[in-house]
Amino acid sequence: MPDDKILVPGTDLKLPLDLNLTRRDVLKIAGYGSLAAFIAACGGATPSGSTSVTAKGGTMSLGSYQSDSVPKKALADLVSSFTSANGGTKVNINTVDHGTFQNQITSYLQGTPEDVFTWFSGHRMRFFASKGLATPIDDVWNDVKSNFTEGFANSVKGDDGHVYAIPTSYYPWAVFYRKDVFAAHNYSIPTNWDDFKALCSKMKSDGLIPIAFADKDGWPAMGTFDILNLRMNGYDFHVGLCTGQQKWNDSKVTDVFKKWAEIVPYYSPAFAGLTWQQAADQLLRKQAGMYLLGLFVSQEFLATGGQADLGQLDFFPFPHLGTQYDAEEALDAPIDVFMVTKKSPTLNNDLGQAKAFMEFLAKGSTQTAFYVESPGAIPTANDADQSKYDPLTKKAADIVSKAKKITQFFDRDSRPDFAGPNGMQQFLLHYLASPTSSTTSLQADMQKFWDSLGPE
Amino acid sequence: MARTTSISPATADAPEAGELVATRRGRYHVLTRYDRRVLAAMVGIPLLLDVVLIWWPTVTSIYYSLTNWDGIGDITAGNFVGLSNYRFLLSGGYFQFWPAVAHNFIWLAWLTFIATPLGIFFAVLLDRDVRGTRIYQSVFYLPVVLSLVVVGFIWELQFSPTEGFINNAFGLVKSGHIIDWLGNPHINLFAVLIAASWRHVGYMMVIYLAGLKSVDPTLREAAKVDGANEVQTFFRVVFPVMAPINTVIVVLTAIESLRAFDLAFIINQGKNGLELLSILITNNSISESTRVGFGSAIAVILLVVSLGPIVAFLSQAMRPAR
Repeated sequence: MPDDKILVPGTDLKLPLDLNLTRRDVLKIAGYGSLAAFIAACGGATPSGSTSVTAKGGTMSLGSYQSDSVPKKALADLVSSFTSANGGTKVNINTVDHGTFQNQITSYLQGTPEDVFTWFSGHRMRFFASKGLATPIDDVWNDVKSNFTEGFANSVKGDDGHVYAIPTSYYPWAVFYRKDVFAAHNYSIPTNWDDFKALCSKMKSDGLIPIAFADKDGWPAMGTFDILNLRMNGYDFHVGLCTGQQKWNDSKVTDVFKKWAEIVPYYSPAFAGLTWQQAADQLLRKQAGMYLLGLFVSQEFLATGGQADLGQLDFFPFPHLGTQYDAEEALDAPIDVFMVTKKSPTLNNDLGQAKAFMEFLAKGSTQTAFYVESPGAIPTANDADQSKYDPLTKKAADIVSKAKKITQFFDRDSRPDFAGPNGMQQFLLHYLASPTSSTTSLQADMQKFWDSLGPE
Repeated sequence: MARTTSISPATADAPEAGELVATRRGRYHVLTRYDRRVLAAMVGIPLLLDVVLIWWPTVTSIYYSLTNWDGIGDITAGNFVGLSNYRFLLSGGYFQFWPAVAHNFIWLAWLTFIATPLGIFFAVLLDRDVRGTRIYQSVFYLPVVLSLVVVGFIWELQFSPTEGFINNAFGLVKSGHIIDWLGNPHINLFAVLIAASWRHVGYMMVIYLAGLKSVDPTLREAAKVDGANEVQTFFRVVFPVMAPINTVIVVLTAIESLRAFDLAFIINQGKNGLELLSILITNNSISESTRVGFGSAIAVILLVVSLGPIVAFLSQAMRPAR
């Protein structure tokens, strides 16, 4: 096939040959061209970066957990734009239901996985990297790292210091509320624990469920545990607890449970039988006043409500607790990533294409296009087009950038056999069933369970 | 046995089936060489499948249960932990183990004393040729046709605290006295058991009804002539005659409660009051948490518990007809 496009030297940028150029195109060519020339001029030691590790055309495969219709379509569009940008690389996408994908990840990565797969940052990424089930992509990272902040750079490093993933989006956990409900009742945003509890009791007397909460799925309660532990005991203790350096029978953990018990009476009735979507609907239908959840709650607002409801959605960071750790402004902001597998039978042939795909994912333009189609998480690249963000996303990006310490979320920061339905989920449900009773034996059970887990 | 000659015509020197044939070592066999090959294939192939699909996994599970293997890479000498998985389980170190055992036995007791007798009761009623018996049979049997996953979804919709049918039908949502059927660890097991019974009753009914139809009607007539009432006829005459069916029903009930999994897993992945042995196995060894060795130890314990009803069932099924 005759190539009817011009490849801008030193870049992957292709332009139509018919020279029907706008002024912007001309500027682009000039800009990329001079940038390429500049890189070539000073890059004596590094032989022309990207072309050595990536390849065009050919095929590659992608294992995806994006099984919901909106992100699934967004990913399909992302892939087809990659295909046209990378000389027609044919990408086979294998989409697996989100929960199934997670449950089968270990056997998947050891069997015959696709070349590239969707995954999470944190311990969950480092675990498979240290087990030799992921391919390091330091070369790709060297080409794209200028497009990411220090925090993201740290989030994709394995225990061995190599880079194993490209971060593509993230979202913060915060306290969500409806602006119209707050306005109608003249509520103001609580910034400390006493204000927060006072607001809860005010909402209760106004006939609202003060805090929407749902834990049938087991994981949502971890978000509250994370933020309370971060505020009361600090980032270092929390990370130590997640990784086993700190003990679960520590009195600091007891304090967290005691603090938590003060707001449990304000939770949705029968929360242990509700899904997070049902609790989100309570907020949406103005039955509940506040909801501590991830930014993805906006998708539920859009899906069940509409654009008008989404416009009313706002959030504030979890209130301060009056400890020295308030200044950390810590929060959960899980990062979603793409990784390259190790055992893919086609990886030998496709490694260049896979790496080209990883580079493509690191571009702001790629991430912006994905965001526009499937909002609910924030692009990670520095050059993502922030003018496309809605106000909620802008604010979300803002509070994450103000946080001095960022955690991923309990089940991404701790080992999966502890965080799963057998462990932490069950412990927290057990605690929530009678929050005011003594947690001594519960904490002893937690530590005993941790100690029983095999070496990692 | 079908004659083999029609499939493969006997050669001149091939003896007919039933003839005594001299082997090379001078012994005599009743079966021809061809018969023996057919027999070897008929025994060998099922045996091979049995070994590969049942015995191999069983033995491997026992082997894994002595390790702390996480499912990644090879098992090395360092992975062997002896019986410590079992010791940890049985000593109550694993906080979910004994609750799960208890729930399995509650499940068994509920099905044995409530659901199965109810199924038998329906079968006896429908056996009396009441008007529209076919319709009732179909209605009670319908849930059996559904997979347990579907049953789980249906009952989740009934029991859901705020949106479910039950709490709304009784006005509990409006009055603010919501009963948390799925989330309250003291009652959610019974909510699930109601769902399980919905299906189990129909299952037992059909099996028992088939048995009742085969009872010789003259027995009932004789009982009537002797002056027995309906209850006496059933318990003194029909029930003893149904002994083989009764055993099948008891064994099926036991197996149903040991393999209970789907409903609890659909509702909340078997936690918070819905722990079951089968779910602990899954959550430990087939989920993202890959404690294959530990999960295998639970599986071996479940296997040992299951052997009781399995042996009972087999000895009943294999017993020569009297």
